[in-house]
Amino acid sequence: MNSPALPARTSGRRLPFLFRRTWPALWILPMPVWLLLFFAVPLGLLVAISFWSVVNYRLTPDATLAAWRHVLGLDFLWASFWRSYGLSMASAVVISLLAFPASYAMAFVAAPRQRLILLGLAIAPFFTSYLVRIYSWQVFLTEGGVISSIVQAFGGKGDSLLNTYFALFLGHATLALPVVLILQTIALANVDRTGISAAANLGARPRAILFRVILPAARPGLTLGLLFAFLLSYAEFVSASYLGGGAFQTLPILVTDLVRAGQQWPRAAVVSLLMIASLLVTAFVTVLWAYREKG
Amino acid sequence: MTHNSITTRRRLIKGGLAVAASIATPAILRAQGRRDLSILTWAGHADPDVIGAFEETHNVRIRAKEYVGGDQMLAQMAQSPAGTYDLILSDAEYVVQLQQAGFIEPLAPEDYPFDDFFPEFQNFRGHWFDGQPYAVFLRFGFLGLSHNRTAMSEAEARSYRTMWEPRHQGRIGHFDWHLPNLGTLSLLNGNPSPFDLDEAHWADLTGTMMSLRPQVRGFYDYGGMLSALRSGEVSAIPGIGDWITGVLARDGADVTTTIPEEGGLQWTESLSIGARSGNQDLARSFIQYMLSPEGQVKTATLKAYPAMIPTRAGWAKLNDELPGEARRQNMALNGPNALDEIRAGRIRLRELPVQQSLEIWNDAWTRYKNA
Repeated sequence: MNSPALPARTSGRRLPFLFRRTWPALWILPMPVWLLLFFAVPLGLLVAISFWSVVNYRLTPDATLAAWRHVLGLDFLWASFWRSYGLSMASAVVISLLAFPASYAMAFVAAPRQRLILLGLAIAPFFTSYLVRIYSWQVFLTEGGVISSIVQAFGGKGDSLLNTYFALFLGHATLALPVVLILQTIALANVDRTGISAAANLGARPRAILFRVILPAARPGLTLGLLFAFLLSYAEFVSASYLGGGAFQTLPILVTDLVRAGQQWPRAAVVSLLMIASLLVTAFVTVLWAYREKG
Repeated sequence: MTHNSITTRRRLIKGGLAVAASIATPAILRAQGRRDLSILTWAGHADPDVIGAFEETHNVRIRAKEYVGGDQMLAQMAQSPAGTYDLILSDAEYVVQLQQAGFIEPLAPEDYPFDDFFPEFQNFRGHWFDGQPYAVFLRFGFLGLSHNRTAMSEAEARSYRTMWEPRHQGRIGHFDWHLPNLGTLSLLNGNPSPFDLDEAHWADLTGTMMSLRPQVRGFYDYGGMLSALRSGEVSAIPGIGDWITGVLARDGADVTTTIPEEGGLQWTESLSIGARSGNQDLARSFIQYMLSPEGQVKTATLKAYPAMIPTRAGWAKLNDELPGEARRQNMALNGPNALDEIRAGRIRLRELPVQQSLEIWNDAWTRYKNA
């Protein structure tokens, strides 16, 4: 009647046994519900809307390829796509490199207690609104703002830095740097210390320990950090429009433009699906690489 | 014992309720008498300075739903059941679409002070259908070339052509909406009706626009334009006007709007009553209030964005009470004023594209942004 691996020995133990069987089931149950609610249904809706049409500014269920044809026929689509993709990937790489020394220090130099405090400080910016943080960058970057005033005081030209890639990068970093710091620190802190000691005892130099022991061991976590920085920057709209401005038109800006201009939700859905597809491919490839076995 | 305690509790509850009811009654009665008036509007119009007096007099609470851009306004109307909005404040060029979709009620001309309007604004284009008005002209302004004086002088701003000069490279900003941008560039191209273009002239216009792209610093919303013009981040923004520079000038920034030789555009905001509104009497009173000299001065000096006004009585009151503001806004009664610009034929109404669909203009703008 019961599984032969775990036979119920007495009737008195049956209840705890049943409980032991249902306990994991209780934990598993919400997962499909969440996946359905927050992933499958919205995605399905997005796919459906991409085949709908807009009649007199009203979204109308339909089965037309018009939105797909329109978006895929845009001559600037792929230029905008690669611009978006390239800029976010560049941001993700630079953010990861910038975060690494700090994560290394927190993982290997700081005591566990200090590490907690430092990580807490790194997350602190999350307690203010992202929009407010982006707006405050404008004060620093604009013409006659903090940075340009300092540059002028030292005899420089002090032009505005807004609407440059630097400004857009700052926005991406504001969003992604804390996440990357946390992921990298956890990854590095979990590297097996005995491996490091062994390498040191066998006479490996610090450089060799870093590149041949620590980095390979922490690779999954570090790659995940890079991936998250990319995901956040790629879908980012606020700094793209308030810091990058007109110079860097990205796909999220295109999505809002399509909705604003004549409520073209189906076309916006097509662009969103393109973004989701490219994100999934990127995430898949990255994760495969992160967890691949040593060849 | 138990029985006794229950009756005591009941008595207590009863007494408490009675006391609570007698205390709350006046407040409830006041609140019961108060009505709600919903208005679909551009931002800033539900400022307590403007509507406070009306709310007080009529014991009404005005609930504003704000939109950005005519498309969004039409979408909002299309998605809401009839009667959701008692009042709609819309750009004049969208009144035709509102009327054709049956979103607004016809008005009785005798209810409103049309006789007090300057002749240019009576029988305003696109507001009257079969002798009946569907919208009442509330306020207007001119669009030209707005510039930071330290970066571009008034003399330079006398032509839109100046935006192409090498020294303004990367210094031209844009309000992120196709209509006023394409409209002013169409004036530069010498089109007498800037929004009524055949295929050849439309192609010329998009060509002119694309040639400006290397000069462009960014595409801004309302707040973005304010900070970019004030800081000198951009030298000039075409297709906007005193509705931006007036706000900045009030704070002492050295910015202004010049109407170039090629001409300027006029934007217009009008009030309509929503189809099947349940508060048509109140809505009518509200429009009357906004058209009264008092309401006109309030809307002329709106904090979010100032505007010129169409009524003689409004001008008189403004000149009387705020002569400085009347002069700054070009509404001086004695001396040259905005009406001279209209009468000299330098101003064209901002309109929806006549020969192309709105979608084609939208797409051209998106293409320009992504270029």
